[in-house]
Amino acid sequence: MKLIIAYIQPHMLNDVKQELYKAEVYKISVTNAMGCGQQMGYHESYRGVDIEVNLLKKVRIEIGVNDNFVKPTVDAIIKGARTGEIGDGKIFIIPLEECIRIRTGETGSVAIG
Amino acid sequence: MILLLLMGFGASLATAFGEETIESLTAATDMIWLVLTGSLVFFMQAGFAMVETGLTRAKNTTNILMKNLMDFCFGSIAFWMIGWGLMYGSDKLGLIGFSDFFKGPMGDPKFYRDWFFQVVFAATSATIVSGAMAERTQFKSYLIYTVFISAIIYPVSGHWTWGGGWLSQLGFHDFAGSTVVHSVGGWAAFMGAIALGPRTGKYVKVNGKVTVKAFPGHNIPLAMLGVFILWFGWYGFNPGSTLSGVSTDIARVAVTTTLAASAGAVGALIFSWLWFKKPDASMTMNGALAGLVAITAPCAVVSPGASIVIGIIAGVLVVLSVEFIDKVLHIDDPVGAVSVHMVNGVFGTLAVGIWGNMDGVAVGLLHGGGFHQLGVQALGVVTVGGWAAIMSWILFKLIKVTVGLRVSIKEEMMGLDLAEHKSEAYSGFQIFSNM
Repeated sequence: MKLIIAYIQPHMLNDVKQELYKAEVYKISVTNAMGCGQQMGYHESYRGVDIEVNLLKKVRIEIGVNDNFVKPTVDAIIKGARTGEIGDGKIFIIPLEECIRIRTGETGSVAIG
Repeated sequence: MILLLLMGFGASLATAFGEETIESLTAATDMIWLVLTGSLVFFMQAGFAMVETGLTRAKNTTNILMKNLMDFCFGSIAFWMIGWGLMYGSDKLGLIGFSDFFKGPMGDPKFYRDWFFQVVFAATSATIVSGAMAERTQFKSYLIYTVFISAIIYPVSGHWTWGGGWLSQLGFHDFAGSTVVHSVGGWAAFMGAIALGPRTGKYVKVNGKVTVKAFPGHNIPLAMLGVFILWFGWYGFNPGSTLSGVSTDIARVAVTTTLAASAGAVGALIFSWLWFKKPDASMTMNGALAGLVAITAPCAVVSPGASIVIGIIAGVLVVLSVEFIDKVLHIDDPVGAVSVHMVNGVFGTLAVGIWGNMDGVAVGLLHGGGFHQLGVQALGVVTVGGWAAIMSWILFKLIKVTVGLRVSIKEEMMGLDLAEHKSEAYSGFQIFSNM
């Protein structure tokens, strides 16, 4: 089992969801996040005064998957979120020790699917 | 002692009034009445701003507020320069007025009174459009549009009815502007929404079938506040259109206006409740506004009972129209401006020919007037609607080929606040800008 965490551009979320759906990955958690990477900041302006914004709005996606689903999930996220420009985001994959479905008490691969 | 003082005061009052004539007192009352009600109509700008802000997404808030502020500011100057002259200048063949452009100071103070009362109506017509074109229009393109509607489109058709033009000579009755103000703005809004195309992601084609998506408004409290402000402002719009502070119609108009607005909300509420199984808030708000738009033309010539019937029909009509425009025509009108102002502007104008019961002004179908008044009303609906629709269509097409009408997809996704104004409406709040 793996936990896939991806940071993507907020406006690409819909495309990513569509791609995941096509790849039959229906489970997803999404949170608003702020962060900065290679994209660096951008400038806002308030009453003529420049504001440097270096924490950008991002969307954080978390998906827990069984090992055989890792590649389709990652591919789908890339397909949906990639524009080729700086700022498209990153995907992290970390091993997942355990997963428990609260309703039934099932654990492991059964609980995740 | 006190009694003596009081008597002295009474005597001085009497002499003060003795020096005034009835005419000068009437003129003073009219002056106060029109400036006061004109101010109420001006406040409707705030109502429009709040309704449109509330019913759109958070990432476009600064943009829509700026549009609502600036259409009044550019529009009022354009109306002074050109609009007034075309609407109320000396009549040419009943088609346009043509004098008094860039009006300078003049002897008769009534000019200032009338200009102020009319400019807020012109601005109401102009600001209707921003809601239908919300969330995807370039700011500069909207500003260009607003100058043209206030300078040319609204004043010319306004002249036909209120400036002594050919429609008024035929006996066309539009008391406060269901057609003159609301349907002109509504038609321009309709053309604008068509010329722009829908917001990205509104109509998604899946396997050859179009699915309609909803973009929920981000602040229902503001939208509701906007409805109350508009309703409040309508007490200037309709009762003020008596054009006289000593008119005996003022209270009657206020009553029919109130009843129609209430009935509009009730009609939309019940109809949407039956249809969608839940009482829909934004539809009910549209219903109250629909009732107000529909009663605007007939408010001085119908009975309280008729105003309730008109309101209920308007409320049902607005729900049907919103659904039809969205789900059948696939034209994206984020706040329902077309259904409220165009559809019900048309209906309200026709209502004069059905429920009107004022001898010598408008006697409708149900009060023994036959089809004459209804026919004249229909002629006004078609000609004014045609003028507004064709002119605004040409205008939007010209803007499209010159400076462009729409923002890029990337800017639309990012939100117009950041893309167009480089600043956010809710700084410090984390919002889902992907929505």
